[in-house]
Amino acid sequence: MSENTTDKRVREASRRRFLQAGAALASGSAIAELVGSPALAEQGNNLPPSVPEWMKAPGDPMGSQPYGTPSVHEKGVVKNISKTLPQYISASGRTPLQELDGIITPNGLFYERHHGGVPTIDPAEHRLMLHGMVDRPLLFTMEDIRRFPSQSRIHFIECSGNPVYTKPYGKTASDLVGLLSCAEWTGVPLKTVLDEAGLQAGAKWIVAEGADAAALTRSIPIEKCLDDAMLVYSQNGERLRPQQGYPLRLLLPGFEGNMNVKWLRRLKVTAEPAYSREETSKYTDPMPDGTSREFTFYMEAKSIITRPSGGQKLTAKGFHEITGVAWSGHGKIKSVEVSLDEGKSWQQAELQEPVLTRALTRFRLPWHWDGSPAMIQSRAIDETGYIQPTLAELVAVRGLNSFYHNNAIWPWRIDANGEVTNGQA
Amino acid sequence: MARLSLKAALLVGAIALLAAAAQAEDRFGIGRPATPAEVAGWNIDIGRDGSNLPPGSGSVERGRTVFAEQCAACHGDSGQGAVGDRLVGGQGTLASPKPIRTVGSYWPYASTLFDYIRRAMPQNAPQSLSNEDVYAVSAYILSLNGIVPANAVLDAKSLAAVKMPNRDGFVSDPRPDVRNR
Repeated sequence: MSENTTDKRVREASRRRFLQAGAALASGSAIAELVGSPALAEQGNNLPPSVPEWMKAPGDPMGSQPYGTPSVHEKGVVKNISKTLPQYISASGRTPLQELDGIITPNGLFYERHHGGVPTIDPAEHRLMLHGMVDRPLLFTMEDIRRFPSQSRIHFIECSGNPVYTKPYGKTASDLVGLLSCAEWTGVPLKTVLDEAGLQAGAKWIVAEGADAAALTRSIPIEKCLDDAMLVYSQNGERLRPQQGYPLRLLLPGFEGNMNVKWLRRLKVTAEPAYSREETSKYTDPMPDGTSREFTFYMEAKSIITRPSGGQKLTAKGFHEITGVAWSGHGKIKSVEVSLDEGKSWQQAELQEPVLTRALTRFRLPWHWDGSPAMIQSRAIDETGYIQPTLAELVAVRGLNSFYHNNAIWPWRIDANGEVTNGQA
Repeated sequence: MARLSLKAALLVGAIALLAAAAQAEDRFGIGRPATPAEVAGWNIDIGRDGSNLPPGSGSVERGRTVFAEQCAACHGDSGQGAVGDRLVGGQGTLASPKPIRTVGSYWPYASTLFDYIRRAMPQNAPQSLSNEDVYAVSAYILSLNGIVPANAVLDAKSLAAVKMPNRDGFVSDPRPDVRNR
């Protein structure tokens, strides 16, 4: 949990009082109980009974922030970008899942993965070319694309390497599965645009290419293109961020993130896949017998508890809400179960409405922490009946070198001091 | 009589026009035709069978020079990997506990090498190499892996004919593959 200044002051004040009371050095849990006591008054110039300083003078005038940014006290809530990557041109940055509420990822915190940096594209000079096995090869401007009938839908996008199967496992929810975000996307169904060009008989795949320095290329089965695929230009109400493919991105709900080609410039209708580098040497899933799975598109059902989660600390015994997110590339989340006893028993969490197809679903479970060590974990069940597996179950089939599509249950361990750490580490 | 047939002809013409209009109405009429020259300029995909490979050729010998100038800084002097992926070795390791995936051990199609180098490499200046130099670098990387001889010269036909060691190493997606019920 991010520490804001007020929280820190409250804790400092309580701690001083506690020490002043002449008690001997106490355990963390004893301090936690005192903090939780309503009988303790707090001290501070901005706390009651004083009038806070921000009420004694006018605040910033209108226009001081033409494009609003978060409170200065939320400066720590940023993308989780490793400081030790071998390079930053082909790299990824993670959403701080444990800092967020609800199901929508703010645009500035949406996870990033790019293979040739983030291009700066002038939308006036961006074109989408649609060619190959079509009756009419077409070229569209961005203005053209926005003239088509539009739709808005909420969907998650998740990188398929989120996380890998091998240690070291991440410390926080973001370290583990932060290559996951969810937004409301606006654009045109791909089928509408394909109808404009006219698909020819024998069209089985569409090869999508980005206008980045990687000219990233993936092949999409035609069934998906005619189902729920979209060409999107807006994200959470505003135009796509450059990191998310401005000015145009392919959206393939439930398919691995890499296929949702950003900076989309070309769609080629073909009879067979391109077998591009990104769908042969990468984004294929190695198995223990030496074979590799290819064209592994769907992201299977998964969930993660984001609070309490790794790196956080429970500062008091008593009531805590356990909450997190669940999602499935195969449709809606049917239920989420939470275990508080190392996976021996499971209970139903409450799902926050709306529960949407191929979107994050927020779950919650009220919990009374008695101060003893605990292991908490969640598992998602989707509308196909699929149950999120354990890491051991996945590794038994796929080994440790499979790299992609790890959708394992991830437990958090809570010690007697309330410290939360990775339960697999 | 003449007037009647004229009327009939007009009617037939009007029906044909209406039919064409109805067909056009199914479409929005948005966008403009992409010209063959525009498509040719952007359509840089190479098929796994080598389709769309351009004219020209390149030798392993020339590839050694291009690699040293353009590739070695990231991939190592002999393709052993550094900031960039390892490109060489690893054949026979895919079923071991520590598999090494390189162009030689893992990539199923040699034509993908041309496609990828041309579209994305070198990372600091993609699409800057001539087709001849892309053939040459492809040939050099394949020769480092023992897949083509040191005196090889590759063109559209010979590159498409290269059979990669892991050509048949890929299987389709069997998921859901974990039985936990």
